[in-house]
Amino acid sequence: MNWPMPSRFSRRTLRVWQRNFDVYRLNWKISFIPPLLEPVFYILAFGVGLAVMVGDFEVQGRTLGYTSFIAPALVAVAVMYNAFFETTYNSFVRMYYQKTFDALLATPLNLEEIILGELLWAATKGLIATLLMGLMLSLFGLFSYPGALLLPLLAVLGGLFFAALGMICTALVPTIEMFNLPIFLGITPMFLFSGTFFPLQNLPGWAQVVAQFLPLTHLVALVRGCALELWTPALWGSLLYLAVATLILVPLAIALMVRRIIN
Amino acid sequence: MAPILEINELRKSYGALDAVAGISLAVRPGECFGLLGPNGAGKTTTIRMLYGFTPRDSGSLKLFGLDIDSHLREIKARIGICQQEDSLDPDLSLRENLVGFARYFSIPRRDAEQRAEELLEFFALENRATDNVRILSGGLKRRLMLARALINGPELVILDEPTTGLDPQSRQLLWDKLAALKKQGLSILLTTHYMEEAERLCDRLVIVDHGKVLIEGVPRELIRREIGRDVLEIADPDPQIRAFLQQQNLPFEDLDKRLLVYLDNGDELFLKLTRDVRAEGCTLRPASLEDLFLKLTGRELRE
Repeated sequence: MNWPMPSRFSRRTLRVWQRNFDVYRLNWKISFIPPLLEPVFYILAFGVGLAVMVGDFEVQGRTLGYTSFIAPALVAVAVMYNAFFETTYNSFVRMYYQKTFDALLATPLNLEEIILGELLWAATKGLIATLLMGLMLSLFGLFSYPGALLLPLLAVLGGLFFAALGMICTALVPTIEMFNLPIFLGITPMFLFSGTFFPLQNLPGWAQVVAQFLPLTHLVALVRGCALELWTPALWGSLLYLAVATLILVPLAIALMVRRIIN
Repeated sequence: MAPILEINELRKSYGALDAVAGISLAVRPGECFGLLGPNGAGKTTTIRMLYGFTPRDSGSLKLFGLDIDSHLREIKARIGICQQEDSLDPDLSLRENLVGFARYFSIPRRDAEQRAEELLEFFALENRATDNVRILSGGLKRRLMLARALINGPELVILDEPTTGLDPQSRQLLWDKLAALKKQGLSILLTTHYMEEAERLCDRLVIVDHGKVLIEGVPRELIRREIGRDVLEIADPDPQIRAFLQQQNLPFEDLDKRLLVYLDNGDELFLKLTRDVRAEGCTLRPASLEDLFLKLTGRELRE
């Protein structure tokens, strides 16, 4: 396996992004519905149905309603799902069934550019979801400004991380059915245990330690910190975790895909 | 004239299998060159090495006089590749497939649109321009694949089994279009295992098997030299016929249920045979590339 060299990349990378964007645009009316409606469903279910049982609670010296607590987490989860599913199922379909990468390799593009273009596109999907959901949640008055203006940046960072994670799975699975495994063992537990629906402090001590290793924990912490303007020094740690992990995972994902497709 | 494509001692192994075991060939500008061989002979592996899809183990590859290792992007901008499998964008229309593909070659949008219209018309696809690719038949998809391979105005197109799986009508149309492109000066490298296709389109060809070149030359000359002019085919031969052929001192290929006699001029023998021995089941036909192909690569099944 060879680490991708910077000289392998040109501006053509964006053409790959553009291709995916063109296809996305054809169905944008349908693609826009989930990120617009999902937060409404969650707020109805949790805010109306569950919040009355939970009551208000205190986070970092501030009293929060349950709906306010979960709203930022919904955005973080959407970033994870959008990016991860794009580079697993969708990239796999393009690579294996539609032979899109084969077609692109017959042009001046190289494989490293194709994969990076895919990763950028997956991060963009996380960003689109963030903007749409952020709009809805802001309409409900659940976000604080200007802090929430940082969310698009977090969406790109988190999106790139989960896109690279998904692409690594794509580079390793023999068949598309195998994606069930990382989803069941990784994505679903993260969705539940990353401080999304309850504060990590509610977990037993050892589980809190484990949760600190989960990338979604840090994305949730960052999104919540910014959206609710709950600034703590620990956020720097979360930012560092995600930034370093992304810097490692993106080239790793590209290298593994080159190994899979070329050899 | 300097060759447009030069392959020298090209090799690629997958474990113990030598997929390509030292192939050398050269394609001249403006010619259609055939790369023929049975399934698994190393044709597609060779083609894939030509555009850097598969890394080669050894040997040199030059296109337009440029070394592939140092000029891959430049080379890929000047060639068109029509792969064996459908790799069209199923979500897009025919026109969008072409215009979208032009972007990877950094062709300005207006030029790309104009070129797409020309190609749609050339391949008789203009009435389907806005249709979704998903609903196209195999023949139409293949035509669009070929159109897409020409979007960048290539100097050389590489076609990997362009007519496999097509009905006779689609195949004839594609042959006509390829002949017309050749007339315009386009160089073509074609892989196929349809001998009729190779005989019709190729100026020169190689037959490869087990990753090696078995023979190279002009199709008609090769047939004439290796097979002869005529082939006498005898179905269900009886001892009488075998005796007759032995008496004539003629070599023949014995396929048990069928005898093949390769001749330079079979008219006289054919008359004698049908008059004196047996007329039924005897056919005299011109020698074909298929005869040569089977003689060189054998008759046993490959897969």
